[in-house]
Amino acid sequence: MKRITLILILAGIILTLIIPISQAGEKQIVVQGSTTVLPIAQAAAEVFMQNNPQADLSIRGGGSGNGITALIDGTCDIADSSRPMKDKEILLCQEKGVSPVPHIIAMDGIAVIVHPSNPIQGLTIEQIKDIYIGKITNWKELGGEDQKIVLVSRDSSSGTYEIFETMILQGKKVSPDSLSQTSNQAIATIISTTKGAIGYVGLGYLNSTVKAIVVNEIIPSQETVLSGTYPISRPLFMYTNGAPQGIAKDFIQFIWSEEGQKIVEEQGFIPLP
Amino acid sequence: MKCKQHLTEKIIKNIFFLSSLTSIFFLLGISFILFKEGLPLFREIDLKSFLWGKSWYPTYNPPEFGLLPLILGTLWVTLGALIIAVPLGVSAAIYISELATPKIKDYLKLAIEMLTSIPSVIYGFLGIVVLGPWLQNLLNLSIGLCSLTASLLLALMAIPTIASISEEALFSVPKDYKEASYALGATKWETIAQVTVPAAFSGISTAVLLGMGRVIGETMTVLMVAGGAAIIPHSFLQPVRTITATIALEMGETVVGSNHYYALFAIACVLFIISLTLNLSADYFLNKFRRISR
Repeated sequence: MKRITLILILAGIILTLIIPISQAGEKQIVVQGSTTVLPIAQAAAEVFMQNNPQADLSIRGGGSGNGITALIDGTCDIADSSRPMKDKEILLCQEKGVSPVPHIIAMDGIAVIVHPSNPIQGLTIEQIKDIYIGKITNWKELGGEDQKIVLVSRDSSSGTYEIFETMILQGKKVSPDSLSQTSNQAIATIISTTKGAIGYVGLGYLNSTVKAIVVNEIIPSQETVLSGTYPISRPLFMYTNGAPQGIAKDFIQFIWSEEGQKIVEEQGFIPLP
Repeated sequence: MKCKQHLTEKIIKNIFFLSSLTSIFFLLGISFILFKEGLPLFREIDLKSFLWGKSWYPTYNPPEFGLLPLILGTLWVTLGALIIAVPLGVSAAIYISELATPKIKDYLKLAIEMLTSIPSVIYGFLGIVVLGPWLQNLLNLSIGLCSLTASLLLALMAIPTIASISEEALFSVPKDYKEASYALGATKWETIAQVTVPAAFSGISTAVLLGMGRVIGETMTVLMVAGGAAIIPHSFLQPVRTITATIALEMGETVVGSNHYYALFAIACVLFIISLTLNLSADYFLNKFRRISR
C-alpha cells in the first residue's frame, strides 16, 4: 500500500511538471501596461482572437510604468503606455540591450469633470491649476455654489497624471489634500457621487454620470482633439522591443486597420487620422 | 529489515525538519530583500528628513520623501478602528464566555467567525458604494471617503480576532477564582468586572495586539475607502493615506531602480518593523497568559 502511494505521488509531481512544458509550444502574447489603453487592448484582443483562433493574447493592466518595466524585463511582448518613455526608462533599456519602438495607436483627450449638478460650465487652464495647487478652495470663488472643492487626482506615477501635471499644473505641486485614486474609473465614480468634487479622466470614461468642463473655451471631444484645439490631449502608445514580429505585429496592424480604429472609437477614444 | 525502517524514518524526519525551516528561510529572505531595496534611499536623503518629513511628493522635482503623513495616517485609522473594535470585541467575548447559554454561544461564535471569511476587497467595495455615501449624507461631509469610514470597516475586520482570542482568555480563567469571588458574596457583574477580566488581562492584551496587527497591514480596504490624501490627520472626518495604500497605489507605475522605488521599499521596511514588533509583543503576552492559566 505504501509503495503504491509513493508511486502515485511521484507520478503526480512528474505530471505537474510535464503539462506546462507541453503547452509552451503555443506562445502567449502578453500585452501589459496603462489602464487608459487597457479598454482598447481588451476589446481589440477579443475580436482579434475570434478572427485568428490560433492566437493567444493575455491583456493586463498595472499602469504605464509597470508595462514598460515588464517590456524591459522581457516579461511582456507589448507595453501599453499613455505617456512617452521617460529618460530613466530609456537608459535602463540601453543597459539591458532593449530597443523600444513606439507605435501610436490612438489619440486621447483628458477631460476635467465635475458633478452634474455643479453650475460651472467652463474654466481656464489657469483656474484649473489654481484649484489643484490649493489656491482656490471653494466653488463660490469661481462663481459657483458655496461648496468646498474636493480635489480628486491620480497617484503621482500614473501616465494620466503625468500629462495633467505637464499641461495644467506646469510643474507646480498638486495640493496634498487631493485624494489619490488608482484608476480612471475610480475618479469617475467619486465625481458622480460627490457634489463638490473635481477630477480628470480620459475621454473614454465620459458618460452621463459626470459633467465635462469646457477648457479655455474648447469642448473636449473627438473633433477638438484631432484638430489640436483641445489643449489637454495626448497620443496613446504601444511599445515593442525592436520591430514587432509574428502575432504581436499582426495585433498592432489590426489596431491600425479600419476595424481596429472603429474599436478605438467605440471605446471612447479618438482614432488616428 | 530494522535498518531499512530506521533509515526511512530518518529520511522522513529530515524532510519534515526541512519543511519547517522553509518558513524561517522565507522570513529571512523577505526581510533581506526589503532592507536591500530600501536602504539605497539613504544615499539620497538622511534618515531624519525621511522619518519626520511632512510632504510625500515622490515624483516631483526635487522629490520629497516625507514619511510622517503616511505613518500618522496608518496610526490614525488603526486608532479609530481599535476605539470601535476593542469595546465591541471584548464585550462580545464577555457575553459569549460568561453570560450566553450554550446554544446561543455556538451561533454567536459561528457568526463572528463568518465575519473573517469576507474578503477585504468586498469591505472596500461596500465602503465606496454604501458606507461612504451614507456617511456623506448623514454627517454632511464634503466626501464620504475619510478615515472614519476606513476605521469602521477595519473594526469589522478586527472584531473577530479580538473577540475569539479574548473569549479563549476569559474561558481559561480558573473556576476557583470565580467561585472564591461568589463565596465572598460578589454579584455576577462584580465577579466579571473585578475578577475574571483582570485575570484574563494578558490574554485580552494579546487579542488587542493581534487585532492591531491585522488592521495595520490592511491594504485593499484603506486604499479604496480612506481617501488617499497624504496629509497629517487632525480629524476623523478627513481623508487620509496609509503606508499600505501608498505602496499599492504607486508601486505599479514606478521605474524600477529609481529613488521612488527605493522609497517605497523603505516605507515597507518601516511597516514590516512595526508589524513584527506587534506580533512579537502579542506572542510574549500570549505565553504569559498561557502560563498563568495552567
